[in-house]
Amino acid sequence: MQTAIEVRDLVVRRGARAVLDGFSCAIPQGSVTGLLGPSGSGKTTLMRAIVGVQIVASGTVTVLGHPAGSVPLRRSIGYLTQAPSVYADLTVAENARYFASLYRLRPADADAAVEAVGLTGARHQLVADLSGGQRSRASLACAIVSRPEVLILDEPTVGQDPVLRDELWDHFRRLAADGATVLVSSHVMDEANRCDRLLLIREGTLIADDTPAAVKRSAGTDDLDQAFLTLIRQRKGVTA
Amino acid sequence: MILASTVRRILSQLRHDPRTIAMIIVVPTLLITLIYFMYEGQPRVFDRIALTMLGVFPFIVMFLITSIAMLRERTTGTLERLFTTPVGKLDLLFGYGIAFGVAATAQAAVASGFAYWVLDMHTAGGVGLVILIAVANAVLGVALGLLCSAFARTEFQAVQFMPLVVAPQLLLCGLFVPRDDMAGWLQAISNVLPMSYSVEALTEVGMHTEPTGIMWRDLTVVVGAIVVALILGAATLRRRTA
Ligand SMILES: Nc1ncnc2c1ncn2[C@@H]1O[C@H](COP(=O)(O)OP(=O)(O)OP(=O)(O)O)[C@@H](O)[C@H]1O
Ligand SMILES: [Mg+2]
Repeated sequence: MQTAIEVRDLVVRRGARAVLDGFSCAIPQGSVTGLLGPSGSGKTTLMRAIVGVQIVASGTVTVLGHPAGSVPLRRSIGYLTQAPSVYADLTVAENARYFASLYRLRPADADAAVEAVGLTGARHQLVADLSGGQRSRASLACAIVSRPEVLILDEPTVGQDPVLRDELWDHFRRLAADGATVLVSSHVMDEANRCDRLLLIREGTLIADDTPAAVKRSAGTDDLDQAFLTLIRQRKGVTA
Repeated sequence: MILASTVRRILSQLRHDPRTIAMIIVVPTLLITLIYFMYEGQPRVFDRIALTMLGVFPFIVMFLITSIAMLRERTTGTLERLFTTPVGKLDLLFGYGIAFGVAATAQAAVASGFAYWVLDMHTAGGVGLVILIAVANAVLGVALGLLCSAFARTEFQAVQFMPLVVAPQLLLCGLFVPRDDMAGWLQAISNVLPMSYSVEALTEVGMHTEPTGIMWRDLTVVVGAIVVALILGAATLRRRTA
């Protein structure tokens, strides 16, 4: 399988600390990859580096053969920030249409994205008047509106009910089946089971990069939650 | 294309905020009415002060609105997200410049119309020039607002830039003390503040029936200041942040 995103020896300093310290990984094209790790481990920082808005100290990030953040990538990448980043004083539809227009897409494409996140009924509501979960979905609609080849989603299902979560994951799987590369950060382990591959990150270093089954096997358990804890504690033992 | 939809987006945001629109349109008119009653019986003084204020109000209002709007783009993450899309920095800067320029034109037209036809303000030159200079001043406010928002991290800080940027320009523009009567060092400061030129341009319109060379020169200086502020603003917009 072809590599869509390649991170090599990435060092990112935020404040006084190195948040990512010599981080390397490769993410295959046409897959859903889960990015897991404790809070503050550097997931958002890694995603920001991949979409090209993070100042990096050294190392390289290559997306679809181009350096991260370069001009040709801006048509092919979709980024969902962890906190919803949509205009609160616009309606859902206006937000989606604005982001669609940046890619020269028509309002109909925007409406399709709103439909995909289940907000058709609320599309003429101001984002400011939405519930927290609805607001994240409005933000998600703007990330998927251009049907990007690379989709970077920072905790897209937080605050969603199980039915919606399931639908959203079906959607991500469909996008990957159509050839998109999807990177999803999450804290929810039953979601991790739906990924093709998992990247496990702790304090800015990669501690596992494998399929969910292989991660479970290497931790000697059937439960991904348990495997996750085991791997994180193992490493702690080693570094301590 | 991206520029056009950005202008439309900013105007839609404004449209969903009728209270702000009302403030933009009504407040300058109210203040000029206040000046009218302050100088009742001294029409010459009213003419001079109201004319200056027609240039000053749009500057203040647009400076404030723009710095808050741009700060919001930064703090809500929309700016970060836009920088992962095909949007260019100039699309954003000109988007704000044009959108708020449109709002400023409406503001200047209403305030000037009211001053001329209800409060009976008199100028030797035409109302069109007054509006033109007022709009240039408003766009200057937009450009400086974009620039200053880069140095504010919170809305509290952004608001504090108003006295810093607006007050010296207002005090030294020649409204309170004629510029020729100021101490040399004050005059020197006044000479580098763009509002001095827009106020001088308005004064020229007040005194001469035809547009004068000084007026065109002053207007050129204001436009130059807009361009410089926009270039500096573009330099403060960074795709990558820490
Ligand atoms: N703007 C910033 N300035 C300085 N340090 C920062 C900044 N943003 C994040 N950090 C630090 O960088 C580290 C990694 O943050 P990051 O947001 O990447 O974590 P995360 O894995 O996404 O966590 P979460 O699961 O809570 O979202 C944290 O220790 C955090 O304190
Ligand atoms: Mg995060």
